[in-house]
Amino acid sequence: MSQSVENLTHGVDTPTPPVRSSTLVTRSLRLWRTRIGASFVLLLVAVAVIGPFVAPHTPSEFVAIPNSPPGGDAGLLGSDYLGQDVFSRFLYGGRGILVMAIVSTAIGLVFGVAIGLVAAYARNALDDVLMRAMDVIMAFPQIMLALVAVSLVGAQTWVIIAAIAVTTAPRVARVARGAAQPVVERDFVAATESMGLSRVRILTGELLPNILGPMMVEASLRLTYSIGVIAALAFLGLAPDPNGANWGTMIQQNQIALSTQPWGALAPIIAIALLTMGTGLFGDGIARTAAGIDRERGDE
Amino acid sequence: MTWLRHGGIAAFVVRRLLLGVLVLFLVSVLVFAATQALGDPARAILGRNATPESLAVLQKQLNLDQSVLGQYLSWAGGLLQGDLGSSLAAQAPVSQLLGSRLVNSSVLVLCAAVISIPLSIALGSWAALRREKAFDTVTSNLMLVLAALPEFVVALLLVILFATTVLNVLPAISTIAPGERPWDAPAELVLPTATLVIAVAPYVARIMRASMVEVLESDYVEMARLKGLPERTVLIRHALPNAIGPVFQVIAISLAYLAGGVVVIEYVFNYSGIGSSLQDAVVNHDIPVVQALAMLIAAVYVLLNLLADVATILVTPRLRTRL
Amino acid sequence: MSTAQHSRPELARAAVSVRNLHIETSSGHVPVVNDVSFDIAPGEVLGVVGESGSGKTTVGLALLGHARRGLRIAGGEVLLGDEDILQLDDERLRELRGSDISYVPQDPASSLNPALRIDIQLREVLQAHGSGRGHDHDARIAEMMREVALSDDPKYLRRYPHELSGGQQQRVGLAMAFANRPRLIVLDEPTTGLDVTTQATVLATVRELAAAHNVAALYVSHDLAVVAALARRVAVMYAGRVVELGLADELFESSAHPYTRRLVGAIPRLTGGRSLVGIPGHAPSPGRRPPGCAFAPRCTMHIPECDAEVPPLDQVGSEHSARCIRASEVLAQRNAKTGDPVDFVPADWDTAVLTLENVVASYGKVEVLHSISLQLAHHECLAVVGESGSGKTTTARSIAGLHRDWAGSIRLGDKELEKSARARGTESRRQIQYIFQNPYGSLNPRKTVGETVGQPLAVFGIASGKRDAAHRVGEMLEQVSLSASYANRYPDQLSGGERQRVAIARALISAPSILVCDEVTSALDVSVQAAIVELLGQLQRDLGLSMVFVTHNLPLVRSIAQKVVVLSEGNIVEHGETAQVLADPQQPYTRQLIANTPSLETATAELSPSADRGLDLGRPR
Repeated sequence: MSQSVENLTHGVDTPTPPVRSSTLVTRSLRLWRTRIGASFVLLLVAVAVIGPFVAPHTPSEFVAIPNSPPGGDAGLLGSDYLGQDVFSRFLYGGRGILVMAIVSTAIGLVFGVAIGLVAAYARNALDDVLMRAMDVIMAFPQIMLALVAVSLVGAQTWVIIAAIAVTTAPRVARVARGAAQPVVERDFVAATESMGLSRVRILTGELLPNILGPMMVEASLRLTYSIGVIAALAFLGLAPDPNGANWGTMIQQNQIALSTQPWGALAPIIAIALLTMGTGLFGDGIARTAAGIDRERGDE
Repeated sequence: MTWLRHGGIAAFVVRRLLLGVLVLFLVSVLVFAATQALGDPARAILGRNATPESLAVLQKQLNLDQSVLGQYLSWAGGLLQGDLGSSLAAQAPVSQLLGSRLVNSSVLVLCAAVISIPLSIALGSWAALRREKAFDTVTSNLMLVLAALPEFVVALLLVILFATTVLNVLPAISTIAPGERPWDAPAELVLPTATLVIAVAPYVARIMRASMVEVLESDYVEMARLKGLPERTVLIRHALPNAIGPVFQVIAISLAYLAGGVVVIEYVFNYSGIGSSLQDAVVNHDIPVVQALAMLIAAVYVLLNLLADVATILVTPRLRTRL
Repeated sequence: MSTAQHSRPELARAAVSVRNLHIETSSGHVPVVNDVSFDIAPGEVLGVVGESGSGKTTVGLALLGHARRGLRIAGGEVLLGDEDILQLDDERLRELRGSDISYVPQDPASSLNPALRIDIQLREVLQAHGSGRGHDHDARIAEMMREVALSDDPKYLRRYPHELSGGQQQRVGLAMAFANRPRLIVLDEPTTGLDVTTQATVLATVRELAAAHNVAALYVSHDLAVVAALARRVAVMYAGRVVELGLADELFESSAHPYTRRLVGAIPRLTGGRSLVGIPGHAPSPGRRPPGCAFAPRCTMHIPECDAEVPPLDQVGSEHSARCIRASEVLAQRNAKTGDPVDFVPADWDTAVLTLENVVASYGKVEVLHSISLQLAHHECLAVVGESGSGKTTTARSIAGLHRDWAGSIRLGDKELEKSARARGTESRRQIQYIFQNPYGSLNPRKTVGETVGQPLAVFGIASGKRDAAHRVGEMLEQVSLSASYANRYPDQLSGGERQRVAIARALISAPSILVCDEVTSALDVSVQAAIVELLGQLQRDLGLSMVFVTHNLPLVRSIAQKVVVLSEGNIVEHGETAQVLADPQQPYTRQLIANTPSLETATAELSPSADRGLDLGRPR
């Protein structure tokens, strides 16, 4: 660590804000990118959640001639290839993707962090075994495993969630392990060992709080990818309800009419793009804030 | 046994190969188990048309009358001999079916790799050098946004931009007739390749930038400058070899990711490669094809990781002496 | 070496002149280094001493026209001959660096490129600055290696930096620095982290090379003893300014600035067991410096006039200046060479609280402790001394159960202890507490001070409820001279010394009988080190503790331990009463260790102010 920074931070007289996760988020919101990211995400989550309650039509209602441009009977965004209202379908279409993405990412995170922490702390044969197992799962690109699962069982909600969760966990585990390894080496962990603190307590009380920063970044990254894969699956026609309103399936179904009635495909494309950009920007904002805080503190 | 532990780079490669074989073996078990565990494939294929007789015929055809272990061994044995099984939908050997498609997909992935790897290394390094100046801010933010977008969204946006609405420059679909080769119609390769490049390059570029920044702030680069070395020497001899080590792993992961991304891209562009075969196989419950492709992609992944590990070792002398 | 080379500087033209150097942060323009001026004559070594935050490294780098990221050189001149380094264009600066001015960094391991063989790194410094082709360079490189007492065998040169030891790496750094016969060399604490023995070799090499080539040298260090042995003149820096400048022995024997005096008082002495006196408080960081004298808040001679404005650097002797308005009074005081004798608690020699018998410890296949035996008596403080690799930390960790791979017997009183702490009973764990070296790593950054100090209470089930726990924590903090309000602070708000006090509080709150201190002051500034040692001594008296004090710093032992055990490569080579062992060592290893330890007294003793303080001083003895 550079001596000049050490010089600059030695002998602090007035309290600097402590680095807890709540502070991390609030500080990161000072950055433009975090704000923009958060607003994109919130906007689209609002659309997905509230949409169905304010949609003028049901998703399968026939409103106008197929592929009619916006205006009149066809509504705000025109009608799709079956004559259904694009705007209403758009409002209904986010929920499925978001719910599956959030649930699967959350499950993957929980397992991934647990495995990663155990591997990092074990530092022995257990670590090797766990990481090899993770390697085996990671030998498949996420979408491949989802495709295989769907091909065997069918495109049901639980299958998709399970496939994404199973492929998310090892990737998270790798990152968690990488973040936890330097912490395991630090003396305060040894101090608790000398007290005889139980292993579980060490993992949860000493290690976990110290990897929250990188984990939050990883969480937003994983959410971004989960949304991408689930939307891609829908785009390939593998959504739980192929005829229901789903941004991914909408894109697939209305792709052909892009030159005449673009909105059928364009609206969901924009929605997915903004959502993923939002999670990406948000995660990056947190990453930068965490890095900035570490620099300021001049830790080790 | 001692040679394996201490035989230098050659032994390291062999160790990694053995490990890779182990992983592939485990993957094959996993793939196979998944097939078995999730119900009777014969029933799933026949669906409502399943009568006891048709079931029995299909089961015999699929070797389902053998024991589980027997089935696994005949399948795995076949794999090792190059027999990838027989497609249920096409009633033809899988290898025959996939042969030319494999070539098509490989061409696509290869083009994407050849463009994206040097591009991302150059972009990342340059951004690190011009840290926090205009070039860096613009590229970093652009890379961030592009990396977040799902590939099919990128593909469609490109199609909208270049092939339909805005500019009408490039073909929107890239079908290759049987017997044709991808390079016969280069214009059709542009958009799919561009999509793959955009799918992969931003992430590698960001990692390269981070690695380069860390190296540029290191004590030994500072020391090189304090020795009065010309800036070019500092960058090329001191910075780059150390910055690029960590990036090899990322490149391997990205190329493996391409293998998955190819599926969606080929669908968008109607490109006849293994991606679309996989998609068809999934829809038709054509299990042998799915199994074969899964193993193929896993093998590619393992190979890429091996290459990345070796490359990292070559660039990091400190790891070499521990071998 | 002729004395003519070391004659008064005004007769020889200065090799480098620094005038009013001013360095600030790039954003915020916070002054980091202020108004620094000095000259160095050819062949002279100027020592720059200071604690962390003084700005000494920043000054050293500025002589090469370099400022680290976040800092910028805002004003002043650095005249090398006729050229002002700070005004040169990039190309000219590049030409000078490595050829006319060179730099020897603090950490040789990180300043050598891990991916390049050392012959390439040596060669490029020649290629960048000279003409001549491959062959000429080969011969030159071989010569450079011989100069620093390294092998000139081409096979050796093909090694990578990580295949060399710390001392060898540093010597390669020296070779690179002297390669082009520079006019000025800046050495930034080049022996930090090296063993005393290696340090002595490196210092000798610096001395010889600098003398042989008539190089002016700036030696930055926090270690006054090293500087005293090497430098003719010394500049003392505090809070970004030079507070005293003069001949080394004058400065240390009779300082004119209160800070220097206190600093000298805080340095452990090899001879004469005296208690160390630290300086309370800590140095102000940039941006928080008071308007007047920066040392005023901590100074015992403080008067209201000190806060008015920054005192000028005034002459107080022929080559002596100090930045204090009461400098003449300070000069008039005599330097206390021996402080109060250490007030050891009488140890109860009959009872052994801790016994090690034939302990053999290993790391994997490598055995690092070869059957050692020792005893710790009740109320005793036992120092375990050794260089790196001696096994002293392994011993400490085995006692605490942090290192499990040992065989033999470790007994707490009568009770045999299990190998790992986790396997031991609660009571055994409570009785032996451990304090780590690195204050920045031994506290959980996500826990408040109160939570950290209170953790043992929860684990050992001592406190009866939250209020009781909070009360005990508060009491303990007061006992380590921190106010109870610290309980709500986080570690990143504390200085190194304060963190170490928190670590001590955590260790003592469960009322152990044995405290194992593992190099607890090695990462701290000298003045802070003294304060911590003071504290530990006091706590030992008040609480009746027995202590195992592990350190590589031999003089420090004198101020804290009654008995000492000397380890070398996993074996005990000598043990006995501290005063005895240090005054009259029996074993050759111990003698060598003492001989190689730079100490202030031997460096300054019996030398008149005008004596030759040049570079050919023989080994201190």
